[in-house]
Amino acid sequence: MTTASTAHEGPAGPEEGTGAAGETPPALMTAEGLTKYFPIKGGFPFKRTVGAVKAVDGLDLVVREGESFGLVGESGCGKSTTGRLLARLLEPTAGTITYRDQDISHAGRKELAPIRSEIQMIFQDPYSSLNPRQTVGSIVGAPLEINRVNPPGGREARVRELMDTVGLNPEHYNRFPHEFSGGQRQRIGVARALALEPRLIIADEPVSALDVSIQAQVINLLRRVQREHGIAFLFIAHDLAVVRHFSQRIAVMYLGKIVEVGDRRAIYERPRHPYTHALLSAVPEAELELAEAEDPEAGADAPKERTARRERIRLEGDVPSPSDPPSGCRFRTRCWKAQDRCATEEPPLVRIEGNAEGHMTACHFPEAGTVLLE
Amino acid sequence: MTTNSPFLTVDDLRVHFSTEDGTVKAVDGLSFEVARGRTLGIVGESGSGKSVATQAILGLHSRETAAVSGRITLDGAELTGAPERVLERLRGNTAAMVFQDPLTALSPYYTVGRQIAEPYRKHRGASRRAARERAIEMLAKVGIPNPARRVDDYPHQFSGGMRQRVMIAMALVCDPDLLIADEPTTALDVTVQAQILDLLMELQEEFGSAIIMITHDLGVIAGVADDVLVMYGGRAVERGTVREVLAAPRHPYTWGLLTSMPRLTADVDKELVPIAGSPPSLLTPPPGCPFAPRCAFVDEVGDGRCAAERPALPEGRGAACHLTEEQQRTFYGERIRPRLA
Repeated sequence: MTTASTAHEGPAGPEEGTGAAGETPPALMTAEGLTKYFPIKGGFPFKRTVGAVKAVDGLDLVVREGESFGLVGESGCGKSTTGRLLARLLEPTAGTITYRDQDISHAGRKELAPIRSEIQMIFQDPYSSLNPRQTVGSIVGAPLEINRVNPPGGREARVRELMDTVGLNPEHYNRFPHEFSGGQRQRIGVARALALEPRLIIADEPVSALDVSIQAQVINLLRRVQREHGIAFLFIAHDLAVVRHFSQRIAVMYLGKIVEVGDRRAIYERPRHPYTHALLSAVPEAELELAEAEDPEAGADAPKERTARRERIRLEGDVPSPSDPPSGCRFRTRCWKAQDRCATEEPPLVRIEGNAEGHMTACHFPEAGTVLLE
Repeated sequence: MTTNSPFLTVDDLRVHFSTEDGTVKAVDGLSFEVARGRTLGIVGESGSGKSVATQAILGLHSRETAAVSGRITLDGAELTGAPERVLERLRGNTAAMVFQDPLTALSPYYTVGRQIAEPYRKHRGASRRAARERAIEMLAKVGIPNPARRVDDYPHQFSGGMRQRVMIAMALVCDPDLLIADEPTTALDVTVQAQILDLLMELQEEFGSAIIMITHDLGVIAGVADDVLVMYGGRAVERGTVREVLAAPRHPYTWGLLTSMPRLTADVDKELVPIAGSPPSLLTPPPGCPFAPRCAFVDEVGDGRCAAERPALPEGRGAACHLTEEQQRTFYGERIRPRLA
């Protein structure tokens, strides 16, 4: 169905130690068999449950202390729901969420209260996530006030310091959100998330509403904050290049499940899951022509050349409905390698043969793991 | 089919909106050309005027609020100030548009078949039956499975990617010579985006239409455009073939776009280099170069020239910048290109 050239022969290459040559930091947040079904009501008077949207369906992941963990996938794959479950804005249908050895899967308001200050969120839309009637000072200071934190020097001084950290002018303390541009508003959101010195920040598409030039400002800010404050990030995004730039470990989601997880090099250079491969090959890249920069004017009138250096895989069709996912492997309906086994047997997320340490792939017929991008 | 004489010519286009706060100069002196069979990519960020400019070509602005001046010529016919009935004959016939969000651009009350057939019936005077046949044919052409059955479905019964295909079918139903695609894939997932861009390119080869592709994504430009126009603050700041603009960009704004973009093959240890500040106000544009307040090369020009004097965009390949061509080459080669490696 899909035009994909056959994968080349090749060993999976040596083990790669990307930075983390020392011991792995301890787990900060762990999800096991995490599941969230949203009931579909039907009939009259809309009380009967006629089905369920299986937004997250048996997902395992670990976010370690101080690391930036990326979660990528297309719309509807359940990545935002996962973020909201881990922040416990939603209660899981099944499975467990463990935060620093404490099971918080069904924790109530009181039990969650001390944890809430350690886990903060940054949202996608800087226009709807800030109260238009509050000044920046009171927005950024709200977490301090709610948690009755009295920093030395007073709350206002702390808020001004936070504004300075994120690159906002502290003199704008009394301004309202509408007086700021989109990028600046996102900085307000970051300052608010930092106010309580959290251990984990869950950032749900924090830069996708911003223009490219502004996006880079916010990405750099988040990277600086992550490193300097040693805060762990769960970075949720659909943009593969942004995630690659920000996260050391990355999980790829498809239809409520993680299909592949590993460090940056494993995912971007030697992906084994056909979906990861297809996703990467679909990203349009502006640098196709950069390689020819040596003699740019020469080919000015050359015929259209729409080929990439990467092999192109075109997936057909759309993602199936999460209320009725395919049996077995969920990707099989769009996969060019699918066989009978894929329909009957769900592939487990495991370290398949040839994978580097920590690289797990859920596929019966994985790709050869040849170098894809370098 | 493919000739290189300009099919669409836009000369000194200005679109000004009067608001309570003053006049918003959304497009302020824009000129470009598109030939048949070619794709012009217009890149720019929000507020750069890229959508407003192309909407003006089809006369989509209300005459009460928007003041449009300049000359727009399509296949030899003057469009600026043309009466509404002339524009009506044009829209959906000679020139058609694909919008970003198919959910708001399609009517929820009519079947997709009826919406695709409407321009065909209006412009070609086709019978109900012939138009329906044509709609099925178009649905098949844009790759919708089971077109004969799907023709009677409503937009909400299609997924995002399929809806965008429906809109493309509607735009192409009368074989337009000019297709304007305004961020046609921005609302779509990457795997679907790739399908839609491939489809547009295939259809262009088949019909030989001129395409204007408006986007903020230089990656999309690299994949589909022949020529590129970079817009900033309501004006064009750089022009060239796609190869020229991406391989040897001349304008500091284009440089900034390239260095602020995270890429799949870039060195992750290198910081992105964003463009400082934010886009200009279109209410009170600065008198000199609109990019000067954010530009890192103002001192290289010196004498306060950037703030005082508006640089012109040369004919053909070039950038609207006071840096000499020599400087543009040197600075790109020495300061910008190493950051992109």
